[in-house]
Amino acid sequence: MLCSHCYISNISLKIKIMSDIQSNERIRSKVILLSKKEANFAKKEIRRSKMTAFFMVTPLLVFLLFAFVAPIGTMLHRGFYSPVVASLIPDTLDKLNQWSGEGIPNDDVLTSLAIDFKRLANERQSGKIAAALNRNMPGASSVVKSTARKMRRVDDAELKANGAELLLNAHEKWSNTKIWFALRKAGETYSDTHYLKALDLERNSLGELQVREASQIYIQLYSKTLKLALYITLACLIIGYPLAFYLANAPAKTANLLMIFVLLPFWTSLLVRTTSWIALLQTNGVVNSFLMSIGVTSSPLEMLYTEFSTIIAMTHILLPFMILPLYSVMKGIDPSYFRAALSMGARPISAFLKVYLPNTLPGLSAGALLVFIISVGYYITPALVGGTDGQMISNIIAFHMQQSNNWGLAAALGTLLLLLILSLYWLYDRFVGASNIKLG
Amino acid sequence: MILKRLIATAALATMLCGTAIAGELTVVSFGGAYGAAQKEHMLDPWVKATGNKILSEDYSGGIAEIKAQVEANNVQWDVVDIEVIDLERACSEGLLEVIPHSILKPGDDGVAAKDDFVPAALANECGVGNIVWTVLYAYNSEKIGAVAPTSIADFFDTSKIAGKRAMRKRPQVNLEWALIADGVEPAKVYELLATEAGQKRAFAKLDTIKADIVWFDSWSQAPQLLNDGGAAMAQSANGRIFAAIQDDKKPFKMVWDAHLYDLDVWAVVKGSKNKDLAFDFIASATSTIPLSGMPDVAYGPTRKSSTALVDPAVVPNLPTSHLDEGLKADGIFWADYGESLGEKFNEWLLK
Repeated sequence: MLCSHCYISNISLKIKIMSDIQSNERIRSKVILLSKKEANFAKKEIRRSKMTAFFMVTPLLVFLLFAFVAPIGTMLHRGFYSPVVASLIPDTLDKLNQWSGEGIPNDDVLTSLAIDFKRLANERQSGKIAAALNRNMPGASSVVKSTARKMRRVDDAELKANGAELLLNAHEKWSNTKIWFALRKAGETYSDTHYLKALDLERNSLGELQVREASQIYIQLYSKTLKLALYITLACLIIGYPLAFYLANAPAKTANLLMIFVLLPFWTSLLVRTTSWIALLQTNGVVNSFLMSIGVTSSPLEMLYTEFSTIIAMTHILLPFMILPLYSVMKGIDPSYFRAALSMGARPISAFLKVYLPNTLPGLSAGALLVFIISVGYYITPALVGGTDGQMISNIIAFHMQQSNNWGLAAALGTLLLLLILSLYWLYDRFVGASNIKLG
Repeated sequence: MILKRLIATAALATMLCGTAIAGELTVVSFGGAYGAAQKEHMLDPWVKATGNKILSEDYSGGIAEIKAQVEANNVQWDVVDIEVIDLERACSEGLLEVIPHSILKPGDDGVAAKDDFVPAALANECGVGNIVWTVLYAYNSEKIGAVAPTSIADFFDTSKIAGKRAMRKRPQVNLEWALIADGVEPAKVYELLATEAGQKRAFAKLDTIKADIVWFDSWSQAPQLLNDGGAAMAQSANGRIFAAIQDDKKPFKMVWDAHLYDLDVWAVVKGSKNKDLAFDFIASATSTIPLSGMPDVAYGPTRKSSTALVDPAVVPNLPTSHLDEGLKADGIFWADYGESLGEKFNEWLLK
């Protein structure tokens, strides 16, 4: 059975040749006139079939809206939106925004903040400001919390009269302009801080962009992630292509049996597969003891907790995503094409390159795209077998979600990752053509 | 057919169980041998005494889940076993209930609760101390070779003792150890780590063994690395090593020099629907007898009256017997610098 795709591509090829030959007299499409009644009927018919189609996909749409669009939208939003500080100390921030930026703000601001701190300490909310401020100025968290604790013990009248002095006495850092800049910045409801940080940038006190002073890791991690994903895709391709070729051309019985082996990893828990790589690759593991027993090496090789182990374990896990689309496309290629090329005098290699390979491109690009995109966002395997070298961007996103609790930054990092993948897809569509993809 | 009916009945039964019970408390802890000890000495006795049910869950620490539940106004967890390093932050962000100390029972010897607990156990208003645990390093005495390590300086000295060092992939403990191994007095460690120069110094010391470090993510990997020879020395929670020695008869030795101890506490998630029940559970779980069961997994009890009940043979293995050799992990410092040092640590890893 011929696949429809090849059939269509054959026709389009023919049309192209024809139009090349008769470039002067292009084939004009024939115009068919409908009566008004017929046109109305056709319109109605089309609308009806559209409605049916819409109702058929409604459950999916609803599901996607709740499980996909909404969470991603929230995530995009969270990267910009940080209302915590603004909602906790609105009055103080209003006053602080009038501050010129020279010297420390006036007593009015200080008193207002001191009063706020007392209220926050009583409501047990001081930690929220502390965490937000600490992101702009490491070390500020304890300043806020200890000051809030001290303000809590002062009575209201005293606080109103002497708030500024009490605040300055509570911690020496309140006399430092840096903490006031940090507070003003933390008070912005919408800010690009997280996105800049995710690109290793920051704004200095004048608002100009500059490379982040404290540490630069995210760009490095993104490029490393892309590099690893590329290696994994290539490895899958090198292993998957010949295997898919063999499967597509083997007798049905053998092919089915081998297909089970390909699918087996799908039915095994991801954790089991990953931890079995630990057992295989570790210092005194199976691979090392085998290599040593046959005398290839005298001391165990370092394989686990490296880039190598991440690549090999992920290649194993993602291989089916490469093989399945390739297999289904190869299955549809008529073997007579290849034979025809041979019979017309092509050497096997050039027949393969010029006839067979282009026909497999839809499956190949689908497989490569799948493997690449999945591996860019992969988390658990690099975390378990990656050690230091095998870190990917997802691991740092997890760090900000679980340990540093900086969800805004995690959201910004995730959004950038999404944009990165979308732009890669766009590039792919531009140069290869997304309509070429065939998933099976 | 019979099987089908059985499954249907079982499914129906679990559904009924899920809805019909009034006094059900969700208690979340770390699982493993520690979780089992808590179940035996704290959860089960309370269930038996009060007739309430406990739904027990495991997590891997941190405050992300608690924060998500409180912020979404959908609190599923009632009681949580939380590390002090996270407690401070969770409490000041309003994620935990304040526990009145009046609910705590006096010791079995009659001493009032506030005098019976070690002071650190009641230092934070949102938690009641449960255990003292520590991070130390251990080695496999069968594989270590001629010279056995005795100090934290040995851990950083690859010329004295060759082989891999397994460390948990995070700045906590590692940076403190690096400074102590570099000759800094333990009492000055946090003060120094708050400065740029001190951080540089700690990373420089880590640089000297960077090529020999095996990183891991979960405490369960530490005894495994020692066992299969993946590392000559491994940083570990003391309970994990103790369990390997006690239960699996592994030839591991613990080195107590510069161990970093901390407390675990019981806390109640803000907005818990079973607050009173949760307080009742915590009062029962932190009374003398249940706490005295914690040394089963080599974690020290936080009550003096419980320590008196512990088997004398186990006492030398408890962190509470080695407090003067160690350093208390500073929760306030890590609340201040956890994120910025976390980033710097990751940057250093990538170098």
